[in-house]
Amino acid sequence: MGATITEKILAKAARLDKTVPGDIVNARIDAVIGHDISGTAAFRELEKMKVSSVFDRDRILITADHFVPSPTLEAAAQFKDLGAFVARYGITNWFEQGRGGICHAIFPEQGLIRPGATVVGGDSHTCTYGALGAFATGMGVTDIAAAMALGEIWLRVPASVKFVFDGAMKRMVTAKDLILHVIGRIGVDGALYRAMEFAGEAVRSLSMDGRFTMCNMAIEAGAKSGIIEPDEVTLNYLRERTRQPFSVFRSDADAAYEREYRWDASQIPPLVALPHSPANAAPAAEVRDVRIDQAVIGSCTNGRMDDLRAAAEILKGRRVARGVRLLVFPATQAISLQAAREGLTEIFLEAGATVAPPVCGPCLGGHMGILADGETAVSTTNRNFAGRMGHKNSRIYLASPYTAAASAVAGCILDPREVN
Amino acid sequence: MAGRAWKFGNDVDTDAIIPGRFLTNWNKHPERLKDFCFADARPEFAAGVRPGDVVVAGRNFGCGSSREGAPVAIRMTGVAVVIASSFARIFFRNAINVGLLPLESPEAAQDIRDGDLLEIDAVKGEIRNLTGGRAYAFKPLPAFLQEMLAGGGLARYVQRRLGITDC
Ligand code: SF4
Repeated sequence: MGATITEKILAKAARLDKTVPGDIVNARIDAVIGHDISGTAAFRELEKMKVSSVFDRDRILITADHFVPSPTLEAAAQFKDLGAFVARYGITNWFEQGRGGICHAIFPEQGLIRPGATVVGGDSHTCTYGALGAFATGMGVTDIAAAMALGEIWLRVPASVKFVFDGAMKRMVTAKDLILHVIGRIGVDGALYRAMEFAGEAVRSLSMDGRFTMCNMAIEAGAKSGIIEPDEVTLNYLRERTRQPFSVFRSDADAAYEREYRWDASQIPPLVALPHSPANAAPAAEVRDVRIDQAVIGSCTNGRMDDLRAAAEILKGRRVARGVRLLVFPATQAISLQAAREGLTEIFLEAGATVAPPVCGPCLGGHMGILADGETAVSTTNRNFAGRMGHKNSRIYLASPYTAAASAVAGCILDPREVN
Repeated sequence: MAGRAWKFGNDVDTDAIIPGRFLTNWNKHPERLKDFCFADARPEFAAGVRPGDVVVAGRNFGCGSSREGAPVAIRMTGVAVVIASSFARIFFRNAINVGLLPLESPEAAQDIRDGDLLEIDAVKGEIRNLTGGRAYAFKPLPAFLQEMLAGGGLARYVQRRLGITDC
């Protein structure tokens, strides 16, 4: 019996010949990631444990993205504390404001996440990195502090579930629509504790940006990780970013999957997830007369170049509807710069958007555009739980950048192919 | 000692347990989280909960973010046990790490009603419903985790590995 890519990576990390689902292994960690909330809290746990040094100061990756620029005195103190911890523990990969961006965009962009790696992070969307053929999963701060201290953590090897998309996607259908389809079909606990492996012709046709979008939302189905086998697209992406060696793993033809789903990508239309669950998928075209107050384009799910280009394609020469606030959050400093160079920022500003710094913004209801009682937003982020983006009586529709931009122009949820 | 059940539904997410706006620098003063536990989802919880009470929920309890502030917020209210049909995996790890016991029991989760008096018998591996006069089994923790807990938890494990004795 063969092994899946996930089982092979974890066997390597645990220095074993093989692992099977259910095994509890002690895995060697290639990178530990954290941000201004989880990083600060994890360093504080290290301090409480009286641990004076980390296992490898080059393998701990820290950025500030959630509560920056600091909106409150508490957040300002947190940012200051993080800077002090980073200095004390001698962390080399520290991406402070002006040099960084959202964790799950900046670390891959900098070539710090590589195929075959085992990565743990103080953020549930750490699963994003599976797009590069790495095993990556989120944890809380005690686990992260332990990983920072030891360079090892216990893991239960997950069973793998395979999601195959055959065929070619239709115009203005994106990776976001594919993953909303998956979660809509299997539910928010449909892949609980599992590794979700994405494959098939449509997945192969995705750019790295699209692959990050898919793996990013694995956690919304309860999964431990999402993963895509590396191919030429992956290797090209890495060529520009790193000279460090890495190992490419692939699933064996006779690997055991707990279950396999197969869909025809050409049958999938632009989708939205209705409030208050990422699993409430519906074709955008069937959602009628839902007026919106705000549209958000950005986040670790959809704040990369492909996403901004898609939004600009819709917004070029058009105006955001009256009564709608469009907020655009490029995911990293480099993406902001590239968007400016390509003229995308100009398109956004001309359309009436507010172009924000490369941070999480209102995605977790922190600041920079939180929703009032009774307001509705369409957002390219990954969670639409009640209260996620502000008031508990606000409503979030998750969508692709095309759909979010088209909805901003129309003032209500709209299939982007119908924008006029 | 018996505690009252606070009953919740399926897919209770971490934003419902502790909204993100309360999380800046939270572990500097973890005890402060107790006042905001279930702030939006069940505003009467923080004021009404008593030490020893039990949170009971359906499937996928604690889904969503990796915030350890979620089990900490619950623990800080004096609740030491959460019973659910199933748990989201990050929440499960975090709960163990912060001393909140996650007990998986679909039967208990379905049968228990809000306000029922419950007693947990860890030795017998049993949840007793004093109001309903019934008992339910729960799934034992993996042996590996039981050992980890018996040794004082993950933080102590790290300290032992690194030879840190002062704690
Ligand atoms: S963009 Fe949103 S989901 Fe992504 S890391 Fe930031 S808060 Fe989390």
